[in-house]
Amino acid sequence: MSDNQNDKQQADSQGGCSASVDLEKRNFLIATSAVGAIGCAAVAVPFVTSMTPSERAKAAGAPVEVDISKIEPGSMMTAEWRGQPVWIIHRTDEMTAELPKHNDQLSDPGCEVTSQQPEYCKNPSRSIKPNVAVVVGICTHLGCSPTEKIKPGGDMGENWTGGFFCPCHGSKFDLAGRVFKGSPAPINLVVPPHKYLSDNTLLIGVDTEEKA
Amino acid sequence: MTDKNKTSSSGSVLDNALNWVDERFPLTSNIKAHLTEYYAPKNFNFWYFFGSLALLVLVLQILTGIFLTMHYKPDADLAFGSVEYIMRDVPWGWLIRYMHSTGASMFFVVVYLHMFRGLIYGSYRTPRELIWLFGVAIFLALMGEAFFGYLLPWGQMSYWGAQVIVNLFSAIPFIGPDVSEWLRGDYLVSDATLNRFFAFHVIALPFVLAGLVMAHLIALHEVGSNNPDGIEIKKLKDKKTGIPLDGIAFHPYYTVKDLVGVSVFLIVFSAIIFFAPEMGGYFLEANNFVPADPLKTPAHIAPVWYFTPYYSILRAVPPILNSQFPGVAAMGLSVVAFAFLPWLDKSPVKSIRYRGALYKKWLAAFVVSFLVLGYLGTVPSNVWGQFGAWLGGADRATVVARIFTVIYFLFFILMPWYSKKDKTKPVPERVTG
Repeated sequence: MSDNQNDKQQADSQGGCSASVDLEKRNFLIATSAVGAIGCAAVAVPFVTSMTPSERAKAAGAPVEVDISKIEPGSMMTAEWRGQPVWIIHRTDEMTAELPKHNDQLSDPGCEVTSQQPEYCKNPSRSIKPNVAVVVGICTHLGCSPTEKIKPGGDMGENWTGGFFCPCHGSKFDLAGRVFKGSPAPINLVVPPHKYLSDNTLLIGVDTEEKA
Repeated sequence: MTDKNKTSSSGSVLDNALNWVDERFPLTSNIKAHLTEYYAPKNFNFWYFFGSLALLVLVLQILTGIFLTMHYKPDADLAFGSVEYIMRDVPWGWLIRYMHSTGASMFFVVVYLHMFRGLIYGSYRTPRELIWLFGVAIFLALMGEAFFGYLLPWGQMSYWGAQVIVNLFSAIPFIGPDVSEWLRGDYLVSDATLNRFFAFHVIALPFVLAGLVMAHLIALHEVGSNNPDGIEIKKLKDKKTGIPLDGIAFHPYYTVKDLVGVSVFLIVFSAIIFFAPEMGGYFLEANNFVPADPLKTPAHIAPVWYFTPYYSILRAVPPILNSQFPGVAAMGLSVVAFAFLPWLDKSPVKSIRYRGALYKKWLAAFVVSFLVLGYLGTVPSNVWGQFGAWLGGADRATVVARIFTVIYFLFFILMPWYSKKDKTKPVPERVTG
């Protein structure tokens, strides 16, 4: 208590509170604190960055060659590209003909969201060959892999025209990977970059324009 | 050391040792402050078992966890096999693993009951806001701990559960996709993800949890415990001793009471471990006995039971403007909402004993919502079939989940209104039975 009073008297005698502050020392403390904080932030960078994908993970994205000759019409196979399932669906003519008929039930029938397919697949069948659909089988909602429900009807109800059903949150997609309205998934499934090396050999992960 | 202390220790080796310690570390004074002279209200009832039980389960989880890490391998190729190795080849490994997996579920059982106690007796009200906030933080850390731990067995449910939860972050506008990639350390859930989740599960979050539990208890012992009457026992103290008239020493009175709770709890706990460790798929899901397959999602995936109410809320909210963010935000908010309770509750009384019918109805509606959402989160959204064309053929269960999601949030949003409007009863001076 008496110390405080002494301090106060001292401050008063020096002409108010501000005069008792050693501005030089305060500036020094602010400057060193700031440098310390910047140093801490700089040290955090390597730690935070160490959690991003490693060089090995980045290198794992090589293109995959797939033989599609053995897929029966009306069925599909799953290939693995970058650790993700890629569906190759051999659509029958009826299946392809059905695609434009339910456009009114879809969120994005015209594939306007350009990030979801390469430019050369922005067509009514979302594919290079109308009968062969190539789609990444990862739901655009929260990343589950939807279940194949290619056959019309069944447990999906009598209006079901064939497609995919995500078991996690009930998103529905048609046989071109386009999402039905009312699904939790906001946009269509991704069509990966791909090209045909021959009639029956597909290369997934590389565009037609690029060199393999 | 003064002469007085010397005479009181009068030659006993134990007393001398204690004095020696006390001169260097505040042992006796801490035992007094937190146990023998910490005065808790004398009217604690059944609901007051769950705090000490939560502490017991935390200790059990840490102990069993240490022994599991001696045999577990955090590697995508080896993890699943190492858990089976613990179950089959490690002596008593099955017991330690079942204790740990059952402990996870029982942790949530006691924590939910502990939180419910806070709700009914107004334990979050002034001056206990910080105890409550530390508690909410503990709850969040616990959810993180459970989530990270669930990936470690590397089963199908582990894998796809982690895939879904990490992808929740990619719904955050603008930075989302980068955040989830950073969390995974890869473009999909992989070995890198497993390895870091192991680090979070065994080091990072246990430390955070221990620190938060300590802060929770320090804050509690600063302001003193609430009680079923919701009145402050510190207001009426014995004039001579300064001890609250309605207070009794935590030790021995409540340590003995809690031992009864511990005994009953351990009977239930053992019964589950020995007779129903999987609890019909609720504690350990069937699909998690299948190794993780990144190419195939199981036909029905659901989180473990303690996450299902929030998962239901996530599923119930439809995408808005082509964005799934509203659902994710609603789920996050449904957990964080508890933190706002101290400032939402405007009632003049704390305990449900003196509240009116209005509050009780809202609390009942909230509990029912929580349970119904919890149930719906364990089943597929088409479990009850669909409505007719008049409702656009919507899934019945989804519509029900939406209704209860609204009630869940109204409990919080309308609380300032109904807690004030509620007809309360007069609160007694002293605690009742």
